[in-house]
Amino acid sequence: MSIKINESPYEERVQQGIENDFMRLAVSSAQGRFRSRKRIQETELGNWEDWRQLGAEIRKHTVENLDYYLQQLSDQVSKRGGHVFFAATAEEANDYIQNVIRKKEAKKVVKTKSMVTEEIGLNRALESLGAEVVESDLGEWILQLDEDPPSHIVVPALHKNKEQIRETFAEKRGYTGSDIPEELADFARSQLREEFLTAEVGITGCNFAIAESGTITLVTNEGNAEMATTLPDTLITVMGMERIVPTWEEMEVLVSLLTRSAVGQKLTSYITSYTGARLDDEIDGPDDYHLVIVDNGRSKILGTEFQAALHCIRCAACINACPVYRHVGGHAYNSIYPGPIGAVLTPLLDGYENHKELPYASSLCGACTEACPVKIPLHEMLIRHRQIIVEKEKQAPMVEKMAMKGFAKWSSSPAVYKLSTKMARLALNPWTKDDIIGNGPGPLKDWTNSRNFPAPSKQSFRSWYKEREKSGEE
Amino acid sequence: MTIQNREAFLDGLAANLGRPRRTEGVKRPIWSVTPQLEVLKGQTQDELIEALEKQCQAIHTVFKRTDKAGLEQVLEDTIQAYKGQSIIAPNDQRNDVYGLTNLFKKLEQSTEIHIWDHTKEKENQVFAERADLGITFSDITLAESATVTLFHNKHHGRTISLLPKAYIAIIPKETIVPRMTQAAQQIHEAIVKGEDVASYISFISGPSNSADIEMNLIVGVHGPISATYIVVD
Ligand code: SF4
Repeated sequence: MSIKINESPYEERVQQGIENDFMRLAVSSAQGRFRSRKRIQETELGNWEDWRQLGAEIRKHTVENLDYYLQQLSDQVSKRGGHVFFAATAEEANDYIQNVIRKKEAKKVVKTKSMVTEEIGLNRALESLGAEVVESDLGEWILQLDEDPPSHIVVPALHKNKEQIRETFAEKRGYTGSDIPEELADFARSQLREEFLTAEVGITGCNFAIAESGTITLVTNEGNAEMATTLPDTLITVMGMERIVPTWEEMEVLVSLLTRSAVGQKLTSYITSYTGARLDDEIDGPDDYHLVIVDNGRSKILGTEFQAALHCIRCAACINACPVYRHVGGHAYNSIYPGPIGAVLTPLLDGYENHKELPYASSLCGACTEACPVKIPLHEMLIRHRQIIVEKEKQAPMVEKMAMKGFAKWSSSPAVYKLSTKMARLALNPWTKDDIIGNGPGPLKDWTNSRNFPAPSKQSFRSWYKEREKSGEE
Repeated sequence: MTIQNREAFLDGLAANLGRPRRTEGVKRPIWSVTPQLEVLKGQTQDELIEALEKQCQAIHTVFKRTDKAGLEQVLEDTIQAYKGQSIIAPNDQRNDVYGLTNLFKKLEQSTEIHIWDHTKEKENQVFAERADLGITFSDITLAESATVTLFHNKHHGRTISLLPKAYIAIIPKETIVPRMTQAAQQIHEAIVKGEDVASYISFISGPSNSADIEMNLIVGVHGPISATYIVVD
């Protein structure tokens, strides 16, 4: 399944992440900037907790009534001249979209950044038809030229510096300019303008579908989503089935939470709401419109203790708050959904088998939960994942050992260990008895009730792990 | 139009949710808090304009204010500042009311002017693509985020505010509301009354931009590279 990025083992990826100095620096400075911008916005509002509460209530109500709202949405889209396809699996979604492309005999498809199309592996499916797929988001376009996976939900090319980008442009597109960001962007603008004007089909994701009117809302800064929804004659929206709100009034609240939490902006430069096909005598916009609603494992989460994971609005605030992400970077997660939400969601969508280590990629400090604008209890879910993995595998110590090995590697560089261990110790300190954590509070409670979790060592995870191995302790 | 695979899909969701399928009667609950109504609450129109002006700095947008009598001059100056040789605008009734039609006539000697005309089909887009300037009115203006809201229709193409190098929004004072909440309420109420929502509504806050290269803000990516708002009293 293409939620996975590659096949190299977790430990190796973690190590690669740590050794890539530019990536580490870029990640931590990006995290810092995003967090401080978010904080400025929160402070300015003064009642951020009320906003979070409202966001959580809206998401909970919507997901609890998902069947109702999806029915309303599809009725409205159909009324406005659109076709709606409900896809249970990635294959069904890709098949349907391939069919549209085939019927149109389309040679070029222009896309906007979308997690769900990554998740279902749409680009490969389209390329197998011989269609050219152009990613139009600046960061995504850079990655596409270089065939590199994204490392951050909001800033996908975070791990690349401007010199590398200049080289890529020169090599792949004959660029001869400097590495000044403005000049690079101007080159991308002219290259992509051409693509927009010649593409037969546009494909976008969906930030929020509005059930009452069949409207899709996109949140962007660059204007590429406006291009993709305006210029090609055929438009396809691919949405994860949970990305929906009842009315415009809820859309507005969630957009405000999203832009503030994701990039610290009051609103992004473009919030675009489009409904169905273009109307009579309108020139801009598609005359053929398709909405593809994707399940692909999401419905398995409904009705379980993890249901709130479907409340996610993909703002990346939890990622920006996470000390583990800070040190290993996005690629280590080997999932298109990195960071805390990725560690929660990936095993749910793709099974535990290939992602056993992910729930351990957390110091359980709770910063993610605190950052989340719709109050998803992320670190509690990570603890539940760990419990389930242990229960499932019966041979708990082996699994734990494996997972901790990855964890230990992660803390193998001194700078990393300092922060991570300190944070973990800070979080655990009051409940540490003889360096074994007994009755932990809150996040650690369930975990510590079922077994004794070793406290973070005063030296480092690595030395702790070595000692443990030496003493033959299981 | 077609809806495929819906019933099995939604039946499955209801089953996972552990209850029968809900096809009607779901009401939005009354939310326990409404922080969105508190922002810039009770402010006068002039205070809202102040907030708008302040936010314009944050979004790299030039702010100007004038009255109806002064608009023609301010607009002409702005066009000059952008060295606008080709201009595209919607076929908007307000063009006459606010004197744009007069100004365009005056400029016609030296400047290419294209007023959106759906009978000319794709020619509109072709002009927009090479135009220096797009000029539109704001339908609803959000003070908090310095956002203009555009309801597109057959007389007002989407490409006018998108493809040209620079964008000018004319903001009638009475279109200014505190924030996106009020715009969303208006749209929601119209839908409840049975009106069809516009096929395309854009909320635009300044020129396009990106932080995708080393997190440095670059102003001007796919959409306009610069923008000016003119508030008209
Ligand atoms: S889990 Fe919460 S904080 Fe993380 S991306 Fe989703 S909404 Fe944002």
